[in-house]
Amino acid sequence: MKQRSVVNILFLAPVVFTFIMIIIVPFSLGIYYSLTDWNGVSPNIHFVGFKNFSKLFNTPDFIHSFLITVGYTIINVILVNIVSFTLSLIVTSKVKFRNFYRAGFFVPYLIGGIVLGYIWQFIMNNILVSLGTTYGIEMLQSSFLSRPETVIWVMSVVNTWQFSGYIMLIYVAAIQSIPKSLMEAASVDGAGFVRNVFNILIPMMANAFTISLFLTLTNSFKQFDMNLTLTNGGPATRFMGVPVKASQLLAMNIFDTATANKMAEAQAKAVVLFVVLVVVSLIQVSNNKKKEVEM
Amino acid sequence: MKNTMSFKRRAPMLILEAFTILLFILFMIPFAMVVLNSAKTSREIIINAVALPENWGQLGNNISRIFNNPTVDYLSAFGDSVIITVLSLLVIITFSSMAAWVLVRNEKKTWSIIIFMVFVAAMVIPFQVLMYPLVRWLRILGNVLNLRLLGTVRGIVFAYLGFGSSLSIFVFHGFIKNIPYELEEAATIDGCSYPRIFFEIVFPLLKPIIVTVMILNGIWIWNDYLLPYLVLGSNGAVQTLPVAVTAFAGAYLKQWDLILTSTLLAIVPIIILYLFAQRYIIKGMVEGAIK
Repeated sequence: MKQRSVVNILFLAPVVFTFIMIIIVPFSLGIYYSLTDWNGVSPNIHFVGFKNFSKLFNTPDFIHSFLITVGYTIINVILVNIVSFTLSLIVTSKVKFRNFYRAGFFVPYLIGGIVLGYIWQFIMNNILVSLGTTYGIEMLQSSFLSRPETVIWVMSVVNTWQFSGYIMLIYVAAIQSIPKSLMEAASVDGAGFVRNVFNILIPMMANAFTISLFLTLTNSFKQFDMNLTLTNGGPATRFMGVPVKASQLLAMNIFDTATANKMAEAQAKAVVLFVVLVVVSLIQVSNNKKKEVEM
Repeated sequence: MKNTMSFKRRAPMLILEAFTILLFILFMIPFAMVVLNSAKTSREIIINAVALPENWGQLGNNISRIFNNPTVDYLSAFGDSVIITVLSLLVIITFSSMAAWVLVRNEKKTWSIIIFMVFVAAMVIPFQVLMYPLVRWLRILGNVLNLRLLGTVRGIVFAYLGFGSSLSIFVFHGFIKNIPYELEEAATIDGCSYPRIFFEIVFPLLKPIIVTVMILNGIWIWNDYLLPYLVLGSNGAVQTLPVAVTAFAGAYLKQWDLILTSTLLAIVPIIILYLFAQRYIIKGMVEGAIK
């Protein structure tokens, strides 16, 4: 029995030690720095209480980033769900080469945000503009990335392209776990395809929707890589009377603030992001647990 | 009459087939554009970004221009990415499965529940909250231990073990719970020591879930940008592929012939791996999400 306790400790020690060193200590430091005047360089750090947080409410670039991140997240939740649900219906139908399609739709997810940001920057700034000039389509002649009112939509389209294949896999697994007899029985009773989808498929997939909503929400709120290489925050626009970056999402706002040596302010912003993620996760999970159909 | 009937029945299916093909082409266009334009000169791209390249041999030219480029050592970045990903996966899988097994076998004990809950709860922490403190802390820790952690492979592997352990322990925990305890009891009676029970009996049973853990962590580590950027630096001796591509694109602003070729070189290895391990990757991603 004693040997067991020793082994237990030895087996747990590597991850627990690493976890404390990599997550717990930096996380605690992060919370602490948000309450100080740390600038990232100076060794003198003073405690200032919640000053950094109260200042955030008067920081236009932060409020702007927060709002567009919320907007971006909402668009993503809708787009990703529609596209991935459609894809999952297609690859579980009797379409020829359905396994090939399933594998293909998932490919964008394998490519990291950094790389695909460059690819889409090229498509938006060169391919579409080139098509617009060649065929005289005025709408395409200036890049969608250079217009403050369209840039968030472009990021959502890219995000949808990247994540739909992944969410599709989750929906496919859910659809395949529904007993075939259920749909067949309904069809015999005269239910059409659309009614089958709404009355049987969607209610039976409640759990899969919970998972995918949660993944899309948290991924959108934390979006950084694609934002960096697709737009780098641009173009410029105005908000609350001051110039801000039209596509600077929350994570990039934090990054840019820190790069400008305003570490404590960046930490305060990051803590806000953390709180939002905690709240969103809790609401999302508890809300959907209630809605699930009991089998 | 008979023909029209069967056409009527088949029509929805044909529409679906056509719609699927269109959708698939739409999904693949970005990749096609990368390949097309990687085989063009800068001038050709400016003249017409959509046209077919004049000479596919230019692809080889562009690739060799990247390999011979002084700002980025593509091959060594590729090598570093492979080393970092493989080592991180090794430590994550070994140490997380060991920990998860101890946690499951002591499931009823308070300490086990607390440790497990802390690991799971930590998954909600965004990287942004701790990234800068982490860099500062790793520098301090490196000085104390007299072991450089910033800018080194061991430093970033250490960090990946920390960031990867939460999800991995969670996934292993769920799987080990379903392994019958009788198996281990029988081994104990046969005089098998406690650690050997894990390595010789439990660990081999984990194979399917190890694949899942490998894929979930592998895709993330391979494509990760911010952690290597902060821990290794953007121009350090050790450099991962995403950091190298970004450094390259930053140095050759708007030179799409080079940037696109460098993205192509970053994509190809993943696609090749995917072709061979597609079944496992898809299965791994689904299980990781559902658990």
